[in-house]
Amino acid sequence: MKERSGLFDFDWPLLAIAFAICGVGMLEIYSSTHNSPMHGMQWRQAAWIGLGVVGMLVLSRIDYHGLLDQAPLIYAVGSFLLVVVLIIGHSRFGAKRWIAIGGGVNLQVSEIMKLVIILMLGRFFSEVRTDSLTLQDLVKSAGLTAIPVLLILKQPDLGTAMVLLSVAVVGAFLAGIDWRHGIVVVLLVALVLPIGWHALKPFQKARLVTFMKPEDNPRGAGYQVLQSEIAVGSGGFWGKGFGKGSQNQLGFVPVRYSDFILAALAEEQGFAGVFVVMLLYAGLLLRLIENAQKAKDRAGMFVVMGVAAIIGFHVFVNAAMVIGKMPVTGIPLPLMSYGGSATSFVFLALGLVMSVRSRRFVN
Amino acid sequence: MSPWLVNDQKLPQGRLVLISYLAVAIIILLLVGFWKLQVIQSDHYSDLAERNQVRSIPIIAPRGTMLDREGRVLVDSYPSFSILLLRDDPKILERALPPVAEGLGLDADDLKDQLEQAKLEPKFQPIVIKPEASQADLAFVESHRSDLPVMELMMVQRRRYPHGGMLGSAVGYVGEVSPQQLEKSDGHYRPGDIVGKAGLEKQYNDILEGTDGMRRVIVNSVGKMVRTLDDVEAVPGKPVQLTIDYDLQAIAEADLAGKEGAVLAMDPRNGDVLSLVSQPSVDPNDFAVRIPADEWQRLNTDPQTPLMNRAIQAQLAPGSVFKIIMATAMLESKTVPESTQVFCPGFGTFYGRQFKCWVYWAHTGARSHGVVDLHTAITHSCDIFFYTIGMRMGIDVISHYASSLGMGHKTGIDLPSEEGGLMPSEDWVQRVFHRKWYAGETISVAIGQGAVTATPVQMARVIAGIASGGVFIQPHLLKNFPNPHVDRFPLSESTVEKVTDGMYGVVNEAGGTASHLKLENVEFSGKSGTAQIIGYDLRDRLGKQKQFKDNAWFVGYAPRRNPEIVVAVLVQAGGHGAEAAAPVARDIIKAYYDKKNGHIPTPQSLANGEPAAPQVVKPVSQPVKKPVPATVEHN
Repeated sequence: MKERSGLFDFDWPLLAIAFAICGVGMLEIYSSTHNSPMHGMQWRQAAWIGLGVVGMLVLSRIDYHGLLDQAPLIYAVGSFLLVVVLIIGHSRFGAKRWIAIGGGVNLQVSEIMKLVIILMLGRFFSEVRTDSLTLQDLVKSAGLTAIPVLLILKQPDLGTAMVLLSVAVVGAFLAGIDWRHGIVVVLLVALVLPIGWHALKPFQKARLVTFMKPEDNPRGAGYQVLQSEIAVGSGGFWGKGFGKGSQNQLGFVPVRYSDFILAALAEEQGFAGVFVVMLLYAGLLLRLIENAQKAKDRAGMFVVMGVAAIIGFHVFVNAAMVIGKMPVTGIPLPLMSYGGSATSFVFLALGLVMSVRSRRFVN
Repeated sequence: MSPWLVNDQKLPQGRLVLISYLAVAIIILLLVGFWKLQVIQSDHYSDLAERNQVRSIPIIAPRGTMLDREGRVLVDSYPSFSILLLRDDPKILERALPPVAEGLGLDADDLKDQLEQAKLEPKFQPIVIKPEASQADLAFVESHRSDLPVMELMMVQRRRYPHGGMLGSAVGYVGEVSPQQLEKSDGHYRPGDIVGKAGLEKQYNDILEGTDGMRRVIVNSVGKMVRTLDDVEAVPGKPVQLTIDYDLQAIAEADLAGKEGAVLAMDPRNGDVLSLVSQPSVDPNDFAVRIPADEWQRLNTDPQTPLMNRAIQAQLAPGSVFKIIMATAMLESKTVPESTQVFCPGFGTFYGRQFKCWVYWAHTGARSHGVVDLHTAITHSCDIFFYTIGMRMGIDVISHYASSLGMGHKTGIDLPSEEGGLMPSEDWVQRVFHRKWYAGETISVAIGQGAVTATPVQMARVIAGIASGGVFIQPHLLKNFPNPHVDRFPLSESTVEKVTDGMYGVVNEAGGTASHLKLENVEFSGKSGTAQIIGYDLRDRLGKQKQFKDNAWFVGYAPRRNPEIVVAVLVQAGGHGAEAAAPVARDIIKAYYDKKNGHIPTPQSLANGEPAAPQVVKPVSQPVKKPVPATVEHN
């Protein structure tokens, strides 16, 4: 059994794209915050990136098979932590998502849960050995997904719950779901949605209503979306210039350094800037899919595609939100938005990808 | 190798490729979305972004001052601060309301009511909660900017009337632009703008109002000003110089204080109004900030009608002052020989009904005038004489001449809402009442009763016009009034001579109704009038209640012919014209000549300098009382 060194067998183009996105993000974080009490935030983001890279290096050295072996245990611990969050976690912005882990650092367990669900479903789907998913297996995988999704919904964090679902959807598709089952699932979801509406928290309902009719309440929940759209639209083709976006600099764009960073960039760099960024994300996703195609086994493919599903879902939902085509769900733009847990997650996920990649010739 | 990995090499390549297509499709979809906003609708959003960050703050232009004829300030403006309540954020507002109310000394419930009323207006439009902020209020706002971020200051220009109610009726007042004006103005006005609502403030609003400036500033998302974009300075309104003479005005105001009536003094040579008083009046300062609704209601329903400018709006029977018009008509029409003499036994029978001369009711002295000619009829104000010539002339002749001399027509004074009075005629009864003129009505008209009504400004213009040989000028308060209109109805010299001699006699001949008011070195002339509101018979029956007391009139002028100054005085329920109204005219004319001779008159100097006239002489004159046609019961 010949093992090529994992250290230098990284997917360098993929990493280059990732760092390019990080760089654009840091510049825009700088532009958005340098005139405010939050200035210097780009360096804190750099620190998070650094931490993420270290995590990535560590994770890439670990054989993902070993992680998949332990997936049920990891899954159990993760679910347990989610319960703990609900009991002792503290609230920010009206949701219980964080556990204090000392030193003033708060851990967002649902971010870890993204990694956990990738491993757990990767393990489950690769155990299905045939190229088609039976109804029984579909139900089982749905159950595995449902536990953390429901716990996260309880926090409440609709966005992250949806992210976990995206892993399950992509996984089920790759595992060969029967298209008739697929239709039944879609119908079931359509049936459950109205019931789910009643389970939503008032602010979630408000966000959805706002999304449907933003003009109803220009100063309330619809305000954020409208201001974001104004920022994007007023940017025009070439943008207003670095540090010159009025919507951004005067604080009209909500959380412009994080969830709405794409709006800030769109305003200052215009469609041209957005185009470049989108090209980077397209490159990132295609490169990930390529890694999946070259994976040594189905388990590796499921892991890589889980990562791709999560990143793709984030990009899609975040960008659509910025232009007013999706409700505000608090989903950041991977690697660009400021945020410790989110940024670290992406690098850890890339670590998993590297782990799969470095073993593609292993027999 | 874990057992679950066995036989796990075959990858679903087809589906992976499908997903990569999906990823590209999604990215393209997103780019299309951005393209729509950033390229297709870019202009629209640029507009919104601009509106977001740019706030236009009006810089209120001060209204022009009003000056008297010598440049003394009658009305001016001063800067003041209003406190605004911002209503964007209902949550903060609810929390901040009690401390704001307490800090500004306002009633919290009132504040809530105000908010409730403004509920339908756009949230970003603040409401004014304290129009006239004190120093303490300003300090309160400044020191609570961070913890009570719902207050804002707005500088405004406030109207100031330094002399209070003086000239109040003529000056008028200002107020917030009405919704109707707002609509009509086609964007010229914004809500809350201050415009002239009455009097000169309204008449000359276009001159007085300046052009508001505008400061455009960049604000951030919490409305804090970041920097100024540009400034358009306010252009202050232009000053308006009036023909009013402050000194004469002060005297007229003092003389009429506490009474109900009006004074109008003017120079009949050019139409300059030297003083204009209407009492009771309001203090326009009360309107300058904001008049409470109940106060406004009170002013509008006050039986003393303080909002009425009596000098141009009180349409009342002119009483015996009208005899001057009768005399002129008689001489000019030659329908009655000028040598006509009439015997006055104190009463007479016309058209089968008995009419009494005022002298019949006199409490002392003779109860008849004996034989009177035109001159004594004027100086003694004999009713029987004018009943007689009125009957002989007929209503057609009377109304033709009266109308030609200006009765029943507006004078065109430069004030809003002037009334025109009424000169009845056969046509008029036909038109309004659809009946024939009763010959008996002519008798009442002959002594300025019946349906005849006139305003003080009209009487001033008519009497001065006759004394000027038939030149009737348009009175005006604007100093540089362009080309005052002149109506000419040339009167023969002999007519003018006889009539003015009569009016000179009223004051300067023994037996003249105002002979106690003679002025030295001044040809003070005029005619008194005592117009009854109800018949004396009826009044005696009801008891002498004030509301039925006669209206006192006096129109005085000087010199005897081609007068320089004419003064019309009306004192409602004042009693006898020669006693209640004539002294006011005399005071003003005396002050006019004192001033001409280099003395500055004041109400005090006038009161001290000469004992009040009425006590001095009481020669032949019985208390000047007027009789009454028992039948005529017009107000």
